[in-house]
This record gives sequence, structure tokens and C-alpha cells, in this order.
Amino acid sequence: MHPAYSVILFTTASGAGYGLIFWLSLLGVGGFLPIERWFGFTAFGLAFGLITIGLLSSTFHLGHPERAWRAFSQWRSSWLSREGVAAVIAYVPSGLAAIGWVFYEDFSGIWSIMAVAGAVMAIVTIICTAMIYASLTTIRQWHNPLVVPVYASLGLASGAVLLTLLGSVFGYPVGTLEIITIVALTIALAIKLAYWRRIENEEKSWTIEQATGLKASTTVSQLDAPHTMDNFVLREMGYKVARKHGRKLKSYAVILAFLAPMALLALDIAANNQFSIFLSLLSVLSVTIGVVIERWLFFAQAQHVVTLFYGAKQA
Amino acid sequence: MTSLPTQPTKKKLGLVIDLDICVGCHACAVSCKEWNTQGYSAPLSDENPYGEDPHGAWLNRIHTYEADIEGERSTVHFPRSCLHCEQPACVTVCPTGASYKREEDGIVLVNPDTCIGCKLCSWACPYGAREYDSSHGVMKKCTLCVDRIYNENLEEVDRVPACVRACPTGARAFGDLGDENSEVSKLVADRNGYGLFEEFGYKPVNQYLPPRPRRNSIVEGAPAALEPTQASKAQTKSERLFQWADRVLSR
Repeated sequence: MHPAYSVILFTTASGAGYGLIFWLSLLGVGGFLPIERWFGFTAFGLAFGLITIGLLSSTFHLGHPERAWRAFSQWRSSWLSREGVAAVIAYVPSGLAAIGWVFYEDFSGIWSIMAVAGAVMAIVTIICTAMIYASLTTIRQWHNPLVVPVYASLGLASGAVLLTLLGSVFGYPVGTLEIITIVALTIALAIKLAYWRRIENEEKSWTIEQATGLKASTTVSQLDAPHTMDNFVLREMGYKVARKHGRKLKSYAVILAFLAPMALLALDIAANNQFSIFLSLLSVLSVTIGVVIERWLFFAQAQHVVTLFYGAKQA
Repeated sequence: MTSLPTQPTKKKLGLVIDLDICVGCHACAVSCKEWNTQGYSAPLSDENPYGEDPHGAWLNRIHTYEADIEGERSTVHFPRSCLHCEQPACVTVCPTGASYKREEDGIVLVNPDTCIGCKLCSWACPYGAREYDSSHGVMKKCTLCVDRIYNENLEEVDRVPACVRACPTGARAFGDLGDENSEVSKLVADRNGYGLFEEFGYKPVNQYLPPRPRRNSIVEGAPAALEPTQASKAQTKSERLFQWADRVLSR
């Protein structure tokens, strides 16, 4: 599948934003974070900024971005529509919780209820995003029960890395946050490795004989393509990454998105949080690049069944 | 509304494509392109049509495969277009309601005025039936020539999809596959017609008739090899002279 840069930016930025909202809300309610005005302003501001940039960028690849509002209408059947609706609803409780934190420096009572509702909506929105892909039966690498956990765990892990950076910039003790982040990264890595093992080892389910219905034939091969140049179908759905690049990029993603930030934060814990700002900033940069590579691969490694009509033996 | 009709549509208009007859001339695809660049959801545009890398939206694509038909390696020409599924995934994934299935005849259409061009329908379709028109910014697909089949300004013989009208071999038939007694339904029953990728459960309406085994046996009484022609066993001087003259003049 062709990796559209706007969609990569959308899923990674809004994923991190929702992850940040999730941790901010739950750790704030749990009393693990100081309910201080400018910290709340910065953290909620960053989260809303990432989410909003993500949502706006998702309209860049549309043929008619000015009609994007229509996408809120078909939530009964379409995961893309549900995702849009959930994203808009999610602003409400989180926005109210942010008001409590920033204007009243209060995160208890009604504000805590809003915060918890916001955390739930953040997860719901990430799940809707992942379901856009997971619901497509035509792409084996996406129609896979691990896609939702991958998106959710990566969103939460990248949000936790951001929160660690913010906490250390504001001079708070971030030891607990670092441990939470390392655990979140470990879980996300385990899920992503399981996802890769699954898509690489599972048997390909579809054949060119099934696609053409010429099942009595032991082999069907394409003799002549319908057109001499690539068409939309081949550009959009026939995109694939060479295996050797795939392997290399996968190892970059594992190192940058997971192992490097885990090591950097562990180093900071070992050094008694002396270098928190520097090391957590490095982890944020590393995770950002790593998750973008991971998301690019998510598209480039996905093979659509329509490639069978164009001569692929299996998909 | 992208929710599907609650009841299966009574009428199921669709095509029956005979893989045994199709000669792969692409006339159906060209005729389709010509009609649909001026009708419903026009234009059906091309980009850089005379340049180095021409491409554009077409609603019908003709593949050519090699397959074993009863042990004989055979060429199979294979037109591929929207199958107007009974349970089309392309419709339910549409976030705007631009993609819809008509209750009255089962045709799957895109409303070009509300499509946002997100391309998700093309991802959901296993048949590659939808193509994005980048100059129009919306998705394009086979309309079953909805602007021909009910068009009373056309002569009755022309009230069929352009591809069916254009096919010089009669490899394409159009009709109501929801009616057991229709010509197309009988054709499907007689020839063991099949839908593509039935495994996905989208219940394609269009049906394909499988290629029949080739008649390959030598006709009785026919010579095993042809007799040498007069020219190749030329003997007389004048014949040789003519042969020489033919060779010289052919240079």
C-alpha cells in the first residue's frame, strides 16, 4: 500500500497527542502530577496541538478537503467516519478537564470525571483509527487482531515519552514517569514484534487462481497487463518495499522507537535524574523518527489482494 | 447513506462476461472510456496523456492470462470492472455517504458532488474496481451506464452499457441477474457462471462464464502436413526466372 505522508503524520501525531492526554488525565487524577497552571497549559496545549495538526493533515490527501465535514455523517457503517466523530467528541471532556487544571488548578470532583472521560475517549479514538485499517479484509497485514493493540500501545508509549520530557522541563521529579514510559515502550515493542512475526510467518491466504476464478488451473500467470503504464490501482495498492530495505527499516524502527528511548531513560534513572531534560529530549526525537518509520512500514509492507489480478502469485 | 438497502434488491442489474468468447480487443474498455468521459460523473480524465508517463481513470481493464484449461495451456482474456456486489464493502466504508447502492436496481454508484476523494473505498474493494480521478478529485467506478440503460432519447438497441454495445464478439451480456428467467441468468446456469472472489462474501452480481476446453483433435481426413506449394517446388526455367524476379523486386 502506498504510504501517504499526510496519513503517516496524522496517525503518529494524533496517536502521541491522545497518548499524552491519556497519561496526563489518569496520572493527574491519581495525584502523580502537580496540578500546576503552566504545566497543565503546556501539556494540554501540546496534546491538543498534536491532535489538531494530525486531524488537519489527514485532510491534505483528500481530493476535496473542503467537503471533509461530510465524513461525520456515516458513523453507522464506516470506521473512518466513527474516527472523525470520536475525535471531535474527545475534545469536549478533555477540554473541560484542561479548564479545571489550567484555570482553577483543580483536578478533583467534576474535573476528575471529565479527565477520566477524556482518557477513555482518547483510547476510543485511537481504536477507531486502527479499525479503519483492521477492518479491511482485502489486506492481510492489516486485517489482523494485533493492529489495534499496535496503534494503541504505540500511541500510549509515545505520549508517555512526551510527558516525561514536559515533566523534566518543569523540574518535577520524573523517576516514576520514566519507569511508566519504559514499561509502556516494552509492551508496545512486544506487541509490534508479535505483529511482525505474525505477518511474516502466516500463510498467504489468497492466490491468483482464486482471484480469477480459474481454479481448475494449477497455475495462472499474467500474459499481458491491461495497460502499459501504472494506473491508480497499481500506484495506490501495488506499492511495496524491497525486502532488504524492509528488514533494514524494521531494525531502525525497533532501535529508534523502542530500544534507544528505553536505554536513554534507564540511563537517566541510573544517573539519579541528573540529565533528565537532555535524555528525555533525545528520547522524544528518537521515538518520533522511529514511529514514523514504523508507520511508513505499516503501509509499505501491506499487500492488497488486487495485486493478484496484476500477476502476483499470492497475497 | 452508506448503510446498505435493508432487503436484498429485487432487481440485480449486472454483466455476464464470457471468458470463452472474449478475444481481448479492449473495445469494451475504449468504448466505456469514451462514453463515461461525457456522461455521469464526467470527466473521466487522463493525466499527461501524450507525455512520457500517461495515466488516467478507466472503469474497465482487460487483463490477459495464461491458464490450464483441461490440461491445455490457454490464453484467457479477462475484462475486470465493478461487479456491483450485493454486499459491497466499498459502500459501507465510505465516510460521507457518497458511495451508495441503489435499491431499485442494485447499481453501486458514487455521488461526485459529495465524494471527498479519501480513496478508502478503493482499499476496501478486492477487485480494484474503483479508480481515483485526480483532476476531478473524486473516485470513479463503473456506473453500468446508468445514463444509457434508462435513456429514452437513445434507440432501444443502445440502452445497454457501452461495453456490451461495443463488444464485437458478443462476449458481454447485460441483464437482471435477480430474475431467474432472464437471458443472463439462464446463461449463467447453463455455463456454470461464477462470481469473482466469492470467498470475501461481498456477493458480486456480475458473473463470469469459464473458458471451455479447446477443440484440439485433428479433423479426420485432414493431411498431417500441408503439401509443398507450387512456388517451393518450382521446376521450369520460367518459374525459376519468376522466382528470381520476385526475390529481386522484393528487396
